[in-house]
Amino acid sequence: MSIEVRNLSRRFGATVACDNLNLDIPAGELVALLGPSGCGKTTLLRIIAGLEVPDTGSVLFHGEDATHTDVRDRNVGFVFQHYALFGHMSIFENVAFGLRVRPRDTRPGEAEIKSKVMQLLKLVQLDWLADRYPHQLSGGQRQRIALARALAVEPKVLLLDEPFGALDAQTRSLMQELLTQIWEDLHKTILFVTHDVEEAIFLSDRVFVMTARPGRIKAEIEIPLERPRSYELKATETFLALKKRALTLIREEALKATQAGQ
Amino acid sequence: MSSTAVAATPPTVAAPGVAPRVLRSAITEPVWVQRVLIGSALAFMTLFLFVPLATVFFEAFKKGVDVYLAAITEPDALSAVKLTLVATAISVPMNLAFGVAAAWAITKFDFRGKNVLLTLIDLPFSVSPVIAGLIFVLVFGLQGWYGEWLRDHDLKIIFAVPGIVLATVFVTFPFIARELIPLMQAQGIEQEEAARVLGAGGWQIFWRVTLPNIKWALLYGVILCNARAMGEFGAVSVVSGHIRGQTNTMPLHIEIVYNEYQFAAAFAVASLLAALALVTLVLKYVIEQRVKHQKRAVGDRTE
Repeated sequence: MSIEVRNLSRRFGATVACDNLNLDIPAGELVALLGPSGCGKTTLLRIIAGLEVPDTGSVLFHGEDATHTDVRDRNVGFVFQHYALFGHMSIFENVAFGLRVRPRDTRPGEAEIKSKVMQLLKLVQLDWLADRYPHQLSGGQRQRIALARALAVEPKVLLLDEPFGALDAQTRSLMQELLTQIWEDLHKTILFVTHDVEEAIFLSDRVFVMTARPGRIKAEIEIPLERPRSYELKATETFLALKKRALTLIREEALKATQAGQ
Repeated sequence: MSSTAVAATPPTVAAPGVAPRVLRSAITEPVWVQRVLIGSALAFMTLFLFVPLATVFFEAFKKGVDVYLAAITEPDALSAVKLTLVATAISVPMNLAFGVAAAWAITKFDFRGKNVLLTLIDLPFSVSPVIAGLIFVLVFGLQGWYGEWLRDHDLKIIFAVPGIVLATVFVTFPFIARELIPLMQAQGIEQEEAARVLGAGGWQIFWRVTLPNIKWALLYGVILCNARAMGEFGAVSVVSGHIRGQTNTMPLHIEIVYNEYQFAAAFAVASLLAALALVTLVLKYVIEQRVKHQKRAVGDRTE
């Protein structure tokens, strides 16, 4: 499912989180939203998910206006930065949640829920943790459960808010691999927010660079790198050139933000 | 080499020939200071908490178990117990519903007048209970705002059971909301948002996500609210009218009986309230541990 954002603005008091934003995400692409912290990336992602309402402008899913569609009816998966797992539920119940809260006529039976949840837990390679509770898991494991939980409702679009921000470097690269693999298997449109230039380029088909205060899309960089991508790719000239370009864009912004702050 | 040797021997402040003294950690008091502090705290608690509590039970049973039983089973005492239970049974669920609703609204939503609501919730804490009682007399009493209307419709609020319930509700108003608000603020709204994206409706979110996350704090609030509802004296005293067998709650009954020099009887009924306090303390302790656990879980998640 494609995502389009048209002339979208959102302010919080004097802060302009999103200023007349426009972006097009073709169906089935893996796309990064890259920008310095506090530039409104998360706000934009939350507006696309329906967790936040824009002041003006619209969000289109598959060409249809979804600006005022309730978040429940948008069919998006959302992975929160701090996982937001349900602390009082087992891992199994966390993943099953989206299926259990369905209206009675569309709710799958217990056997179906069980097989579906176990299948998802296998997908994120954590089926052996089904009976544990979130507080017993490491950060990377929690993140994977959050991913499985979001996928359980079969969303057409997957939105991830700084999905790897809180993880150590080792776990981070494993999670990046997992995300790429899930994207290749399921071919959903995936949009993720990051402030890590290398991560954005390495994972995505397309990178939107966002500016801070006011939050605008400064550039759209297509990433022509072949898939599957291996780690050697990061040392190639094409990659480094892309990285430099993105870094320059971000740096200009960071400088501007610092000066504005003074 | 030399540095490890220095570290291994305790640093000394004494001149050669005097036995070296071990330096204490910077925040440890000398033993005698510790003993004096602990001793005085214990003496204070014994004098002001344990002795009075023991006295209540001692005085209650002073004239024997028969007198004790007679005192708590006489019709006026039973009616006071009953009225206390009725007032509590009405006010605690009311404040439970209100407390959860208010905490939910304040912590999960942004709206105008949020601070006004927060201040209003605290009002019963800052107003003297006697004043609270007088407010109800002024509003619902015969000379009050609704006095005539109430008389015309043959409704009695002041000097009757409804007034007592009203006063109790007012005084115990903040307990549950105040207990929930800090916890729910710490928990934030991410889990609710996650549930919403996964397709849960408002009630589903409340029953499946919010309520399990606050249940121990809620129970803690209920227990505090319950204890206060049963023990409230000031506000209830003003609106009650002290009609024996009709509008006396346990605390009021105790005062009347005591003023009539029936000490054993007064202490007998008082011992029931004291026993309630002890049960409350034990429950409070147990639940506090669970609340701490729940707060730790919040820390885990936001880490």
